[in-house]
Amino acid sequence: MKWRYFKQHLFFWIVKASIALIALSLGGLLVYIFVHGFSALSWDFLTEPPRDAMTKGGIMPAILGTFYLMTGAIIVALPLGVMSAVYLSEYSKQNRILRTIRIGINCLAGVPSVVFGLFGLGLFVVYLKFGSSILSGSLTLGILILPTIIGASEEALKSVPQTFREASLALGVSKWQTIYRIVLPNALPGILTGSILGLGRAAGETAPIMFTAAAFFTAKLPTSIFDEVMALPYHIYVLATAGTRIEETRPIQYGTALVLIALVLGIDLIAILFRSYMRRRKSW
Amino acid sequence: MVDKLNHDGSIIAVEHVNFFYGTFKALTDIHMLFKKNAVTALIGPSGCGKSTLLRLLNRMNDLIDGTRVEGRVYFEGLNMYDPNIDPVEIRKKIGMVFQKPNPFPKSIYNNIVYGPKLTGMNNKNDLNALVEKTLKQSVLWDEVKDILDQSALRLSGGQQQRLCIARALAMNPDVLLMDEPTSALDPISTAKIEELIDELKTDYTIIIVTHNMQQAARVSDETGFFYLGKLIEYNETKKIFTKPDLKQTEDYITGRFG
Repeated sequence: MKWRYFKQHLFFWIVKASIALIALSLGGLLVYIFVHGFSALSWDFLTEPPRDAMTKGGIMPAILGTFYLMTGAIIVALPLGVMSAVYLSEYSKQNRILRTIRIGINCLAGVPSVVFGLFGLGLFVVYLKFGSSILSGSLTLGILILPTIIGASEEALKSVPQTFREASLALGVSKWQTIYRIVLPNALPGILTGSILGLGRAAGETAPIMFTAAAFFTAKLPTSIFDEVMALPYHIYVLATAGTRIEETRPIQYGTALVLIALVLGIDLIAILFRSYMRRRKSW
Repeated sequence: MVDKLNHDGSIIAVEHVNFFYGTFKALTDIHMLFKKNAVTALIGPSGCGKSTLLRLLNRMNDLIDGTRVEGRVYFEGLNMYDPNIDPVEIRKKIGMVFQKPNPFPKSIYNNIVYGPKLTGMNNKNDLNALVEKTLKQSVLWDEVKDILDQSALRLSGGQQQRLCIARALAMNPDVLLMDEPTSALDPISTAKIEELIDELKTDYTIIIVTHNMQQAARVSDETGFFYLGKLIEYNETKKIFTKPDLKQTEDYITGRFG
């Protein structure tokens, strides 16, 4: 009896300690970045371009660049991902080909992001001659987040009750109209939430944009999708590794990291708020 | 060329139909004529194939992977399983009401105009008239005429089922298939739906699957008794419930098995 009591408590403490460890490391990370980065933050830091070989000034071009790349990535990935998910969830029959496709998508999700970067370099930058540009970077990031968007969309489509589909089809409404008018509108909140979360991941990626879109430094802002841009994650990487004055730019590195983390958490927060808002409105 | 045949007085004719879910044979050699403007009840114990047959009559079984139909089903003389026939067109003519009320998460009004709008009806006045007509047909109008913009999901179960009937009627079908339409409803709602079925049969042909013997006896003109995927006896309801031809039918109706 006593031994069992002890075992029960032991395991309880082990699981408790695991979660505490995770919370602590996440919290520690956030606090560390915040403490080191906060002093760098100012209105000028957010609105000015870098100056004096990037040892002074702000990070406005990088913020803008990341914003452009994210917008581009979602424009590329959302339609493609949702349409793939519609095929997988509504049209395909359960067979070997479908299982192969599924394995393929899961593999895509596991591919290291630097491989996406090289793929983007080969296909978009060199072969299709888009150059290092917003377009190439968006396409590469778009492919990177496709598995996330397909997964989220498929889940959302599956959560629409089968009875809605039957009711519509039994009225003599075609399958496509049923999907377009009933299934997709009801799956949309889930699709969007999943996509926004996927986008948060894309915002922080460095490797995929390193060869395809990101500029070491450019003072001029992009005027077309064929221009290079600066981007937050790449800016941190450049300042922390490639410069000759790494120590001098430390505060800017932390400041940029803080802005990037705030951006990603902000995006996730929007997704979470949106989801809880739609859940409250959902009536089935 | 679509294969054609004439069956006097009947709107649907099922001819030597076998039906399979994968390798499982759910219906065996079903041969059945459904009379126009009559109510036909399909009865039998769970798993006897009556719902399968019902869903076969507007090709809803097509939606299930791995099913197969042998034989022919004629609707107004046309074989609806002919490869040249579009199941979507069949379902416009043969509507369906399900076991569990399944309104869309839309307003009452939009539930009814959903189908007609998608088939090209766009005039606002026509749509308004259609909503009023079908809701009156389904005896729901007085209860909902002031709340047409309210979500259909806020109606009671019985009201939802009558809305689903109105929604089916809005497509102006010839036949209405009902799959245990009252099994999820309370006795008062059930009584209302049964009255409704009685009124609707002047304009529509109704085929209803039911587990409730009394319901079959009350609402139907013809009754088919199914057991283990076979049509055991098919006769006038009066005869089935008073003097059935077969002992097996009598045993089921009197509750000796099932």
